[in-house]
Amino acid sequence: MTIPAVILFFIFHTFPLLQGIFYSFTNWRGYGDWDFIGLSNYVNVFKDMRALNAYGFTFQFAIVSTVLVNIFSLLIALGLNANIKFQKTLRAVYFLPNILSILIVGFIFQFIFTIFLPQFSDALGIQALATNILGSPDYAWVGVVIMAVWQATAFNTILYLAGLQTVPEDVYEAAAIDGASPWKRFWKITFPLIAPFFTINMVLALKTFLMVFDHIIALTGGGPGYATESISVLIYRGGFEGGQFGYQSANAVIYFIVIVALSIIQLRFLQKREVQQ
Amino acid sequence: MRKKKNWLVTSLLIIGTLLIFFPLYLTINIALKTPGEMVKPLLSLPDEWRFQNFLDAIEMTNFFQALSNSFIVTFSVVVLTVLTNSLVSYAIARNMHKKFFKGLFYYFVSAMFVPFPIIMLPLVRQTAIAGMDNLIGLIFLYIVFQLSFNVFIYVGYIKSIPVALEEAAVMDGASSWKIFWKVIFPLLSPMNATVAILTALYAWNDFMLPLVILTDPEHATLPLVQYIFQSEFSTNYNLAFASYLLALLPMVIVYLIAQKWIISNVTRGAVK
Repeated sequence: MTIPAVILFFIFHTFPLLQGIFYSFTNWRGYGDWDFIGLSNYVNVFKDMRALNAYGFTFQFAIVSTVLVNIFSLLIALGLNANIKFQKTLRAVYFLPNILSILIVGFIFQFIFTIFLPQFSDALGIQALATNILGSPDYAWVGVVIMAVWQATAFNTILYLAGLQTVPEDVYEAAAIDGASPWKRFWKITFPLIAPFFTINMVLALKTFLMVFDHIIALTGGGPGYATESISVLIYRGGFEGGQFGYQSANAVIYFIVIVALSIIQLRFLQKREVQQ
Repeated sequence: MRKKKNWLVTSLLIIGTLLIFFPLYLTINIALKTPGEMVKPLLSLPDEWRFQNFLDAIEMTNFFQALSNSFIVTFSVVVLTVLTNSLVSYAIARNMHKKFFKGLFYYFVSAMFVPFPIIMLPLVRQTAIAGMDNLIGLIFLYIVFQLSFNVFIYVGYIKSIPVALEEAAVMDGASSWKIFWKVIFPLLSPMNATVAILTALYAWNDFMLPLVILTDPEHATLPLVQYIFQSEFSTNYNLAFASYLLALLPMVIVYLIAQKWIISNVTRGAVK
């Protein structure tokens, strides 16, 4: 059973990966003849404004979204873990966005940003919100962040909730007897105890957001101009529609290295923090 | 300790749910309106509920075809993933002391960090040549790709199951095949449920793989149909929203029925 699995995994995952790396050294367009061109694809990615722009947007989006998702999901998880009424129902509601398709949620948010918000603020006479932010090259990314955070907070909340349930109740009782304030109790007890969950959530969220694709396709299509074009969208567009198979393969290899490097740095950094606690 | 209900937190959380319900309310509301009503305030209820939007959307998107495609793909992927991935993980978990299996574990797990776009371009050519640019190919790829993450979580779980249980079965003369299905697989139930839920959500909602793999419109899954529909008929919002709602509904219904079970299993999967 293991041997066929390894073979299939190799054929459909590792082999395409190796092919991708191979094509990154060629000028192949996806059809026709090709030549080896050495590292020039790699050099060109660093000179390509569209590619650099995609990296800039993706990092900006991923970092802001990761931070926001973790703040919101930790707060919601703390709330849901407290001694509240309707606990089961509230948990069910807060997990709901996670079961919805990102693409369709994106279409709905696109409508909210382009039609609903301008109409709504017009009616209230608020000028600041009257323009569609998705149409602004400077602020369109904010719209993508809002939608991504709305959808992704649910899953991280569940992970934090799982973490909070591993914290034994008697630790709090001891702290309460010592007269620790709620704020102090959170930073000195709860947070250190759920540190591994914080690490996992940060790494997972960043990795997912660096691969952002559906959100962009549904909300902005990468626009206005190339303002919200993510790396995945660029590789897809350039590779399939732009005849840049070889070139975008080089971009994909760089993207791969960036994701692996960031994940390792993040893990090292966050795990070191865990040990010190 | 902590006997009193915390009403402040309860109220804050209830207010917070408005943020979750708002886009959904808007979706239902617009799906029931006529184009003429779109000039009125968008939050107001429709004058008259127009169910014709749903009938039109069903016809224009070939909804039932897409629904059955999504269902076939998700169902097959979930069943086959649970059956095969657990078995592979078991073999790895119980042989971790051997270099070969330890290597395999890291091989599968490290693949989690490979972004899909890097294998996407060659994979599409490869599947087209192999005649796998259809639902069967899609099912197959999901099962293979899920292996990375599932090996990671199954192996961790299997390690916590005492080997003594299997040794007892060996004494009774059971084959390792039989031991897995009769002893281990039932013990894996919580993890199987977690894997099944996460796999179902992924296969049902995924858009990128169907987008690049499928060539025949007849094979389109629900998210892909919405994408094609949106780019062709984006002017009629009422129709579009009726169509989105139809696409979201099956999963929402399943969730409403099984939410307690889903949440507790996802939470349990995360703790291990």
